Amino acid sequence: MSRFKKELSKETPEISTSSMPDIIFMLLFFFMVTTVMRETEMIVNLTPPAAENVQKLEKKSLVSYIYIGQPKDKKLGTESRIQLDDAFAVVGNIREFIAKEREARDEADRPFLVTSLKVDSDTKMGVVSDVKQELRKIGAFKINYSTRKKVVHK
Amino acid sequence: MARSKKVPGLNASSMADIAFLMLIFFLMTSTMNVDTGIMRILPPPLPEDIEVPDINKRNIMNVLISSQDRLLVNRKMGDIETLKKDVIEFMSIHPDDGNFPEVALRDVPLLGKVPTSKGIISLKNARGTSYEMYIRVQDELASAFKVLRNRLSMEHFGKKYVDLVDEEQINAIEKAIPVRVSEAEPVNIGGN
Repeated sequence: MSRFKKELSKETPEISTSSMPDIIFMLLFFFMVTTVMRETEMIVNLTPPAAENVQKLEKKSLVSYIYIGQPKDKKLGTESRIQLDDAFAVVGNIREFIAKEREARDEADRPFLVTSLKVDSDTKMGVVSDVKQELRKIGAFKINYSTRKKVVHK
Repeated sequence: MARSKKVPGLNASSMADIAFLMLIFFLMTSTMNVDTGIMRILPPPLPEDIEVPDINKRNIMNVLISSQDRLLVNRKMGDIETLKKDVIEFMSIHPDDGNFPEVALRDVPLLGKVPTSKGIISLKNARGTSYEMYIRVQDELASAFKVLRNRLSMEHFGKKYVDLVDEEQINAIEKAIPVRVSEAEPVNIGGN
């Protein structure tokens, strides 16, 4: 039988905080890498509809966004408008917008460009159809109807 | 020259504070939301002089959403609740049944020769259809195809399609049951 040592000090030892910066730095790098800063300011109201069968948009750098919804500014009426980047646009501007988006990407990535349609649920399909027809003409075939994930109650 | 040669140690006690400050900044600005949505491929535009291929009538299921958000399935009143069931029924394999789409044998890697339905869902909408309803219909169609894929995957791999991990198996199932939803040329019906 071994004997317990009796000369244990009564004071609790201080916790070493020297590794604290390392932990914080680790967290910091995580958030730095995952963070995406909002680059477009919304000028249309957007509440996307919910759906059950949604897929994740994989590569965010290959996505260009088209927003459609009612203007936030009430003076502009309630008709749904298209927003490209930071400004209102009409269907005719989409060609230029997609061309610009393609230009900004690497040549190898261009076939994989996805156009994400972020459309408010109150929008009428008329304007969405127009946008889709225009996208077809330009050859931007891959589209993604942006939806929230619906929580299914069973 | 009475200076000591030793370099004094850097005081690193404020390092944690600096790191904290940056951490909080990124915490506040980061948006972690992942974009989700329904992926679809638009058909290429039709050349003017080419005639629309004559697809056998029994291969097409017409789904039309009116400007009042009502459903017309094959010219009859439809219901969003039963749409999924109808689509599954329509796209399932019914060999030698004149009321259902033709069946073609298709060579798919991993699966061998599988009967695939030639059916197409033709989705049409009016200009006045609400986007919410359109997405609901798209969602129902997507879940119908998911059920079909799950079924086939269960038969061949003993696993649901959504649980498959192997890239080749996923591709095989997707090839055997492609999502054939035609978002047809817009038609002007029912005013705006």
